[in-house]
Amino acid sequence: MKMIQCISPKSGGTLEVFGMDVDTHQRQIKSHLGVVPQENNLDPDFSAYRNLLIYARYFGIPKRQVEKRAKELLTFMQLEEKRDVLIDKLSGGMKRRLIIARALVNEPELLILDEPTIGLDPQARHLIWEKLRNLRAEGNTLVLTTHYLDEAERLCDRLVIMDHGKILVQGTPADLIREHAGNDVVEVERTEKVVARLEELRLNYDLAGDIIQVFTNRPNDVAQELLEVCRHEAAVTVRPATLEDVFLRLTGRSLRE
Amino acid sequence: MIDITTRVQSVWRRNWDAFLRTYRVNFIPPFIEPVLYLLALGFGLGTYIEAVDGIPYPVFIAPALVSISVMYSAFFECTYSSFVRMYYQKTFDAIIATPVAIDEVIAGEMLWGATRGMIYATLMLPVLLLFGVVAMPSSLLLIPFAFLAGLLFAGIAMCFTAITPSIDALNYPSFLFITPMFLFSGTFFPLDILPEPIQYFALAALPLTHVVGFNRAITLATFSPINLLNLAWIAVATVIFFVLAIRLMRRRLVV
Repeated sequence: MKMIQCISPKSGGTLEVFGMDVDTHQRQIKSHLGVVPQENNLDPDFSAYRNLLIYARYFGIPKRQVEKRAKELLTFMQLEEKRDVLIDKLSGGMKRRLIIARALVNEPELLILDEPTIGLDPQARHLIWEKLRNLRAEGNTLVLTTHYLDEAERLCDRLVIMDHGKILVQGTPADLIREHAGNDVVEVERTEKVVARLEELRLNYDLAGDIIQVFTNRPNDVAQELLEVCRHEAAVTVRPATLEDVFLRLTGRSLRE
Repeated sequence: MIDITTRVQSVWRRNWDAFLRTYRVNFIPPFIEPVLYLLALGFGLGTYIEAVDGIPYPVFIAPALVSISVMYSAFFECTYSSFVRMYYQKTFDAIIATPVAIDEVIAGEMLWGATRGMIYATLMLPVLLLFGVVAMPSSLLLIPFAFLAGLLFAGIAMCFTAITPSIDALNYPSFLFITPMFLFSGTFFPLDILPEPIQYFALAALPLTHVVGFNRAITLATFSPINLLNLAWIAVATVIFFVLAIRLMRRRLVV
């Protein structure tokens, strides 16, 4: 991420952003990027509004132009009331929203977000997701990293799952789920009877601790079989497969048989 | 090479804006400091001192007070304040995500430190005039010279900031370098009463010696060839530390 942002020197290979080499066109690339860092680096010496003005000055945007844009961005991020409030007085969610507003001040062609909702409460996360979806709907390109797979599932058109710096798979969240987990998951407590029955039926299953997970496109049939085996003594749950299932299956930790 | 464009002014302006936001506290020290020193040392202790080399004691220390103030304001701005911006506030990280280069961030910080020194010298001047301890109009030169001297101390400070492991470690240069300079650079007594080796050491290694020497020539309106040496020493050292600070900072921040 830092190499794309032209902050860290390239460790190897070739890297072009907007068709420009990151080694030779750093300023041109950076002037078209919006960056939302994981760590809050808003300027604590200034109010929300002046943070936007001062940031725009680093891009060399004329003052008159930016005043209008700053007001629009504060409105878009629902921060108008906090316009003249110092950064320390803002909540975590407001700071994140202001950082996103700041990243948009130069009307970037590409918005890079590093864990945009880390450490936020559910309401604040949902508001940020809504704003990011709005931006996407307006035709902006967003690149984001996240460990929250529900976030990736909601926001991404195209998803790359990486483990130890290597790309494992890529595609749309729906395709990845279908391909690597199936439509549904049947979960049941791990007992010998259940295992025996699954072997008999020649069904693939994963062990996740003391829970057995069966990835299947026929969840009701499987659930029915398992309920009979358990004689309705243990709970059998059926739920749609998620990216989290894909991620755990791909990055290991489970026994495949 | 060093990559500096006019964008450096956006970094300088950020600090100027922050300074103006808290101008009341910032403007007090340059008024109070010379009054306190002149009263306590100049006119208090000074009553026991006839004259130094034929110069009344308050007149002798007046240029030193300006020099010390410039040194402190530029040095502390580019050590503790810059370190806070760099390390705790992550302000540098925020700026280098924009088209501003790291070299410009560091240069902007140093130019700001120099400006701060110049602002302090400017504010002190009317107080010194009121006490009648500086000659006019030559003393107007204190102001532009404060920028140059400020840039020197800002550069030295930024080198320490670039290599310091923590904010506490900045106490070492403050106490082992700045405080001795405050006392032994021809500030409150002339350099030539010290043993000769120490005099040479002061001239070679204590930047404040040259700043005080030049400022004293300005406030007394008596220039001599040695002042050219002062000026040359300061100019060369300023360039060296300016470039060195940027290089050390790159090493710290570009990872």
